[in-house]
Amino acid sequence: MADVQIMTGNSAAAIAVKLSHVQVVAAYPITPSTSIPETLSQYIESGELKAEFIRVESEHSALTVCISASTVGARVFTATSSHGLLYMHEQLHWAAGSRLPIVLCCANRGVGAPWSIFNDQQDSIAQRDTGWIQIYCRNNQEIIDTVIQAYRIAEEVYIPVMVCYDGFVLSHTMMPVEIPDADMVSDFLPPYKPHTIVSPENPKNINPVIFPWRRLNAEGVLCDGYMEMRYKLQKALDDARDVIISTSRTYADVFGRDHGGMLWTYKTEDAEIILAGIGSVASEATVAADTLRDEGIRAGVVGIRVFRPFPKEEVKEVFKQANAILVFEKDISYGYEGALCADIKAAFYGTGIKAPVHNYIAGLGGRDVKAREIAEATRASLDEIASGHTEPKTIWLNCHTG
Amino acid sequence: MPENLYKVNINEYMLPGNRACQGCGLSLAYRYVLKALRENTILTIPASCLTVLHGLYPITSVTIPCINCTFASTAASASGIVAGLNALNRSDITVVAVAGDGGTYDIGIQALSGAAERGTDFIFVCYDNEGYMNTGTQRSSATPLGALTTTTPVLTKQQHKKDMMKIMEAHDLPYLATTSPSYPVDLYDKFVRAKRIKGTRYLQIAAPCPPGWVYPPKDTVKIGRLAVETGIVVLFEIENGKFRFTGRSKTMAEKGSKLPVINYMERQGRFRKMSIEQLRQVQRWVDVRWNEYLRRAEN
Repeated sequence: MADVQIMTGNSAAAIAVKLSHVQVVAAYPITPSTSIPETLSQYIESGELKAEFIRVESEHSALTVCISASTVGARVFTATSSHGLLYMHEQLHWAAGSRLPIVLCCANRGVGAPWSIFNDQQDSIAQRDTGWIQIYCRNNQEIIDTVIQAYRIAEEVYIPVMVCYDGFVLSHTMMPVEIPDADMVSDFLPPYKPHTIVSPENPKNINPVIFPWRRLNAEGVLCDGYMEMRYKLQKALDDARDVIISTSRTYADVFGRDHGGMLWTYKTEDAEIILAGIGSVASEATVAADTLRDEGIRAGVVGIRVFRPFPKEEVKEVFKQANAILVFEKDISYGYEGALCADIKAAFYGTGIKAPVHNYIAGLGGRDVKAREIAEATRASLDEIASGHTEPKTIWLNCHTG
Repeated sequence: MPENLYKVNINEYMLPGNRACQGCGLSLAYRYVLKALRENTILTIPASCLTVLHGLYPITSVTIPCINCTFASTAASASGIVAGLNALNRSDITVVAVAGDGGTYDIGIQALSGAAERGTDFIFVCYDNEGYMNTGTQRSSATPLGALTTTTPVLTKQQHKKDMMKIMEAHDLPYLATTSPSYPVDLYDKFVRAKRIKGTRYLQIAAPCPPGWVYPPKDTVKIGRLAVETGIVVLFEIENGKFRFTGRSKTMAEKGSKLPVINYMERQGRFRKMSIEQLRQVQRWVDVRWNEYLRRAEN
């Protein structure tokens, strides 16, 4: 009998952490992620989860605790949002550089100044180049399933994983969620084996200063320089693609739910126009696509599930047939365009994909993005393209730009 | 407790040929710190002179495992090691964080205060060479009044150094101590004692720095002694709130002898632009504090 309960995205994340037998949790409160550590405190203090909870004095320290605890061999977790994630920025690099399988939940929230507690994805998109895997969820079921998958992926490729989902839209919205069976999760997720054992019996100096060039060790073996280590991280990110896809498939075999590997599609097989997005905005676009189809416009949706490593091969495939592409995203790379749109277009370079691409910057700082508005925007873009204006364009949706 | 150096642990954990400067006060002290801590220890250190001493990948001069961490995160890194070891039931290992004064008084103070307030079971060691020496002698909040640094190059530092011992004592720690490489037995004893105590233990090493303080490397031990004999550095420990002078400072307190600070300052190029008024200010600062310590020792 499936255990289905109505819960928020943050509850789903906390339950997944418990099911994953995390051993060390460190967190600092920040809206809208706060109820994750609150729930985990409850589990740990009541003895439901056997773990150390370190109530740190900052997000910088939260991720530091995770880094050092993971280094000595514990499975770790932290959660944050917005400025908390930005305050972790230095440690995000350090965690990936240390090749530690840390899992972090980011309940996405806009970034100040001025202050906003509401949702957009500027916080995590701005951490794109820190060397973390980024997986985005579109509903609460995906959150619980993705956190469990994240540990298996991270511990296989030794890269930290950020599981991102929209603040309030998912973090505080109740939805039915099927809770995976605890024993089945334990079987799916073998115990964490650190890549380096830190122990007085075998002393090592971990992450010391390193020269640009390769250098001999005391035994005369030529060891990596800084660049070789960076290359290995990049290659591991590239290779993680196969692990992410296979983990998603294995999870589907065991638990019966497949949320897509690198991306998911909705009615793209015969679509002339494809709407693309990350997270809940892409879910919203599926409703818009149905409306458009009722009007005779063959619309489909591509949801980018994994933003890093970027699904470059999948993107080339799924957009192949499109006559027009509209990218809706809750972030902006200032001075250029939406980060997702730029990446999608870059993946097309050298392929036969010549469809016009419109980029919609939407929902910043929690401004509502309705399916109706996505449908309207699509009609407007199609009209413009039909009238011969096919050049790339960035449009701020539902924003007074006059 | 060894009464003399012959009774100190004979094993070496800091190998010769490391990259510390000639006459480095830290390296003198660190050798005895590691001897006192022994094998069953995990270190964590931020960016600092000590990173350089530990060596460049893939070679290290220290045979105790060490996890390098970012500048602001030292005490949080120790918290993570402790939490990880507890989760893995390996609580027999002593976790030791070692940072410079920049990594303690300045950028590291938030994480340190947090870890201390949580009662994290670890030893935090600050080796205080009174400035950002690894980056080339910039002013820190531990730099003394009147010192030239590369960021106080004309007017000298205008403020007294921060009293970090008082700040750490305010965290109600079970053990705090000051040490000097010029008094290695006193230093060794304090680290041996610290290792046996549970909770957050805070130890400071007053580490003379020849290039930063501008004196000949051969004079490090002498400068360290003068720091103590003038009362600039006071050797003491506070165990469960109980203050106690130790070593040379104890003798000085008993005999009532203390050299004027000029004896210490005149030997260092960093004080060459100090005014007479500044010298008086430092002397007053030392006297007031010394008297405070005397009062505490009486109680």
